[in-house]
Amino acid sequence: MKLTINGEEHELPAATLAEALALLEYEGDWLATAVNGELVHRADRENHHLRDRDRIEVLSPMQGG
Amino acid sequence: MPQFYGTELRSRLLLGTARYPSPAILAEAVRRSGTDIVTVSLRRETAGGRQRGAFFELIRELGVRVLPNTAGCHSVSEAVLTAKMAREVFSTDWIKLEVIGHHDTLQPDVFGLVEAARILTGEGFDVFPYTTDDLVVAERLLGAGCNVLMPWCAPIGSAMGPQNLPGLRAMRAEFPDVPLIVDAGIGRPSHAATVMEFGYDAVLLNTAVAGAADPAAMAAAFAAAIEAGHMAYHAGMLEPRDMAVPSTPVIGKAVFS
Repeated sequence: MKLTINGEEHELPAATLAEALALLEYEGDWLATAVNGELVHRADRENHHLRDRDRIEVLSPMQGG
Repeated sequence: MPQFYGTELRSRLLLGTARYPSPAILAEAVRRSGTDIVTVSLRRETAGGRQRGAFFELIRELGVRVLPNTAGCHSVSEAVLTAKMAREVFSTDWIKLEVIGHHDTLQPDVFGLVEAARILTGEGFDVFPYTTDDLVVAERLLGAGCNVLMPWCAPIGSAMGPQNLPGLRAMRAEFPDVPLIVDAGIGRPSHAATVMEFGYDAVLLNTAVAGAADPAAMAAAFAAAIEAGHMAYHAGMLEPRDMAVPSTPVIGKAVFS
């Protein structure tokens, strides 16, 4: 299915958010995820089913002021 | 010592983590500053990315509290979602709330700020709002559930120092019991000392330290200035006078002619 992840288009055979992250080799306990503008908690990624054209944001800590 | 949302702190200096020449220099600056709060941000992670994990580990190893920010957010919805994502990563209810209203000055959108603050305090966040020195906005932020205010003293990263001294003094006088932190615009230790002499509770710095030739030494200089300003506020300072007043007593002066 078509997914937009951090602004980039991807075609991925991923049923859940956890599968999409694994296919793109996202890992680590420092990630935060949102789908279509809503936070998806770490514990909910495995059960969060994706739909075609979902917009996913994957954020991580960065230096800031 | 200052208390923010029930947490007592050892230091009156909050330090940003951006723009340092290296992670080692950042760590040394944090140590020399004596701070126990550092600000961090969230940005898009690249697929398969590992570098951010190293930064996350560095922050954890510093042993200080993390105050995540919503830097760069220009809308209420962006800021609220970023705050929620920051809580997920850093396991803290604290959020430095920025809703930017102007591209060039990075002036806060105070209308969006109040709206976002209301939403976030309703969801259990402890909001540290980056605001202006406007007293009416400050009142609205307190009404929205904020228990700390963070007025700018000049545009972010400008190093101009306090541009509205009467405004900052008025804010302190108007809200004597609210923790006030000057956030943004400080360039040198004397700027920090000035606002601390007004009775501000703390100062948040980043570029003034990170951009110095020796960031760790500058962090120590700021820590000393902030402490000096705070001590002076409580010691009670003289008001300026128009005329000279001899410091040495005139009584008993010898008459030689």
